[in-house]
Amino acid sequence: MNLDSSPVLQMKGISKRFPGVIALDDVDLEVYPAEVVALIGENGAGKSTLMKILGGVIEKDTGSMRVDGQEVLIRSPREASLYQIEFIHQELSVLDNLDVGANIFLRREPTKGGPLKLIDRKRLYREADHVLEKLGLNLSSHTPLSRLSIAQQQLVEIARSISAGARILIMDEPTSSLTLTETRGLLETIKDLKAHGVSIIYITHRLDEVEEIADRAVVLRDGRNVGSLERREIKRDSMVRMMVGRDLQDFFAHAEGARGGNSEWFAVRNLRTLRYPQHAVSFNVSRGEVMGLAGLVGAGRSEVARAVFGVDESLASDINLAGRHLRIRSPQDAIEEGIYLIPEDRRSSGLVVDFNVRENITLPGLERYSTAKLINSSRETVIAKEMCRKINIKTPTTEMRAANLSGGNQQKVVLAKWLALSPKVLIFDEPTRGIDVGAKSEIYSLIRDLAAQGVSLIVISSEMEEVLGISDRIAVMHEGRITGILSRPEFSEEAVMRLATGGKG
Amino acid sequence: MKKEVGLFFRILLALVICGANVYRAYLEGGVKGVVFGVVISILLLALLIIYRREEMSMKKEVGLLILLLMLCTIVAIINPKFLQAINLQNLARQIGAFGIFSVGLGLVIITGGIELSVGSMMALLGVLLAMMLTEWNWGMLLAVLGCFAVTMSLSFMHGLLITRMNMQPFIVTLCGLLFYRGLARFITKDETKGFGTVGGLDFLRYLANGNLFGIPMPFVLLIIISLVTWVLLHWSVYGRYLFATGRNAEAARYAGINTRRIITLAYVTAGALTAISGIIFAFYTNSVSPANHGNAYELYGIAAAVLGGCSLRGGEGSVIGIVIGTALLQVLRNLVNLLGIPSSLDFAVMGAVILLGVMADQIFAERRNRRQVVLMRESARADMRPANPIAADHSGGTGE
Repeated sequence: MNLDSSPVLQMKGISKRFPGVIALDDVDLEVYPAEVVALIGENGAGKSTLMKILGGVIEKDTGSMRVDGQEVLIRSPREASLYQIEFIHQELSVLDNLDVGANIFLRREPTKGGPLKLIDRKRLYREADHVLEKLGLNLSSHTPLSRLSIAQQQLVEIARSISAGARILIMDEPTSSLTLTETRGLLETIKDLKAHGVSIIYITHRLDEVEEIADRAVVLRDGRNVGSLERREIKRDSMVRMMVGRDLQDFFAHAEGARGGNSEWFAVRNLRTLRYPQHAVSFNVSRGEVMGLAGLVGAGRSEVARAVFGVDESLASDINLAGRHLRIRSPQDAIEEGIYLIPEDRRSSGLVVDFNVRENITLPGLERYSTAKLINSSRETVIAKEMCRKINIKTPTTEMRAANLSGGNQQKVVLAKWLALSPKVLIFDEPTRGIDVGAKSEIYSLIRDLAAQGVSLIVISSEMEEVLGISDRIAVMHEGRITGILSRPEFSEEAVMRLATGGKG
Repeated sequence: MKKEVGLFFRILLALVICGANVYRAYLEGGVKGVVFGVVISILLLALLIIYRREEMSMKKEVGLLILLLMLCTIVAIINPKFLQAINLQNLARQIGAFGIFSVGLGLVIITGGIELSVGSMMALLGVLLAMMLTEWNWGMLLAVLGCFAVTMSLSFMHGLLITRMNMQPFIVTLCGLLFYRGLARFITKDETKGFGTVGGLDFLRYLANGNLFGIPMPFVLLIIISLVTWVLLHWSVYGRYLFATGRNAEAARYAGINTRRIITLAYVTAGALTAISGIIFAFYTNSVSPANHGNAYELYGIAAAVLGGCSLRGGEGSVIGIVIGTALLQVLRNLVNLLGIPSSLDFAVMGAVILLGVMADQIFAERRNRRQVVLMRESARADMRPANPIAADHSGGTGE
């Protein structure tokens, strides 16, 4: 850290008020050169608002910002760029119909030919390659973006910021859709950038990442500073305590180990997905068991889940529940049998975000709440309200559009859809992605509750901590096949990683 | 306080319009005119008063209805001929004939699709109907069934191409628009086919040109059809599935909805309603010229649906909206006629009104959502205060 040098950025007394709510209340933030500052807090704490103000996306109401000690006014992302502040948003903002070079130089294309403004392609690709090389990326700038993985696309976005000369890089949950190894890679890149003198403001919900890379962690709660932790004070417990204002003991409701009974209660044998037709996947889950499904993104975990649920076609499958062979050709078939999936992307597959909470909750079971195909709306409302109360969905009314709910509450709505239909097997695909700490722990205890009620659960997760904490057993996948199944005594980060990267258990 | 002021002004406005309405009607139309004036006025008054209370759910339709009635009032005041029975009957007949297929088109639009081949289908159906009845001497029932079979199987095919081959609805139905028109012209060798004075078709002629208690049959049919569709769309499981599919087909599929079937069903329903409209139009004009019959009718349907609150993005719309949208369009056409506006401006007037209508709707929709967001934020803040948030008390308790 460079306490002796002067801060490159000072935000002082920043306040921002939205209709009906104070998003930021007198917030301060300082960033020193070549420093990684983690900005943490629950959803709604004001992290993103603060960064949007810095990035020029929205304007502050009061407060001052200084860059290199100079008072500055930032009213648009373009002005932020002038002060060498670049923002990497959570949603990728690269264009996948263009190639890498075009993305890196978007809006800053080198031109020739005077007023004709022809793009100087030679220079563009040369300089783009140069930036990629500097970041240690083994990529050609001619590669179409659509051929890259999410992680690579994100690196292209970082390359764009660097080539724009960023000195302060804001990253909003950059690892939320990355696999473990990709996250590793990104963290290395960040350390590298830091070594090159770039300051990074890093927003994340993943506290292990903060522990690893942050020089300082600034904690926000309810739109206010609650404190800041220096490098040596950054410990998971202290961060959690500051973020939620209380201790989260039993963050993971304790796994009880597989309960007795029929271990083949839910058995999937020789499942072949379209993505990995050459590998047959087999596993089984007993009643009341939580089976974690770990692996890198692209290992075929989601494909297995979708094939079991019938959304994707499977080439071959032998699915058995309670000793009965099931034919699952479509989600309707799976739902009929009490096998439900909570998909990875709740906004595009889990919810109809323009529907209200009630309509979302009752959608899959609508026929049960209707007589002669006519919806019994009072019954519908009763069910919706009951589910909201049961799993603590925070919404003022069940008529609220799902789009307006926070991520955690949206996820609970997806969950409520299925809980209302008494599940037998429930598959979670990344259940806590982009969800704040409080909602996370609620989801974990819901998962444990369901297990206690005898539901078989499969939890796909890329978060090591989560998969180790929540599971009774962990099946690890690598490139389409299950490379090993670990039972609780064998759990360790190393064991999971070894299997996930194709090593032998 | 603000609300009361708004209400006061609305009532004042309504009273002024009503007064003018009744007075004018009295001057020009005698007793009949007064009755009409009073009915419209009471409706308007009631609507303006409930406007506020129903704002969450009915807003769009109520707003449109007010617009429609005000438009009627204005036209009636400027040209009392508007209120003559013959004009109103004619108007209702047009609304009926156009409304029936527009409702079908609206269903398709709610799936996020579009059906451009309606007009061409009607031409094809019209000439086939004429040929079946006059040249091939088919029985009336058989011919009608034939019409349904043709349009429903064509639109079933559209549905299959769209859901199974993943083709874009615009392209599939655009090809239909070209193909069916061409087919109609080819099989007739481009000759106009008519029904002339062939006997035994009284029932069909009655459907198109007859009245029931003074109300034109197409209008009666429209009311029946829209009632049935209304129940299906807004109260039944199918309707909810249709909206879900139109809004987010993927999420609908994950919820176990057979989206392919739902979408295909919407096209087939549209086909059936096109058949009904087509038969009415054929007998209304009594002769079908394959090159012109039904030209651009799909655009009337789309315009009515959009004006009535359907979003071309899918997942949005209502039967009442579509019917009122159709009525608005036809009143506008009538207005151009009655007010002596050059008929060349016909389309320009319609275009302008639709644009304004959709713009206003967009603004209202945004405002509505902003209100919800504020509500959400407030409740979120209320939740944050206690150390251990308990949302149970008001999670969904304020729905009423």
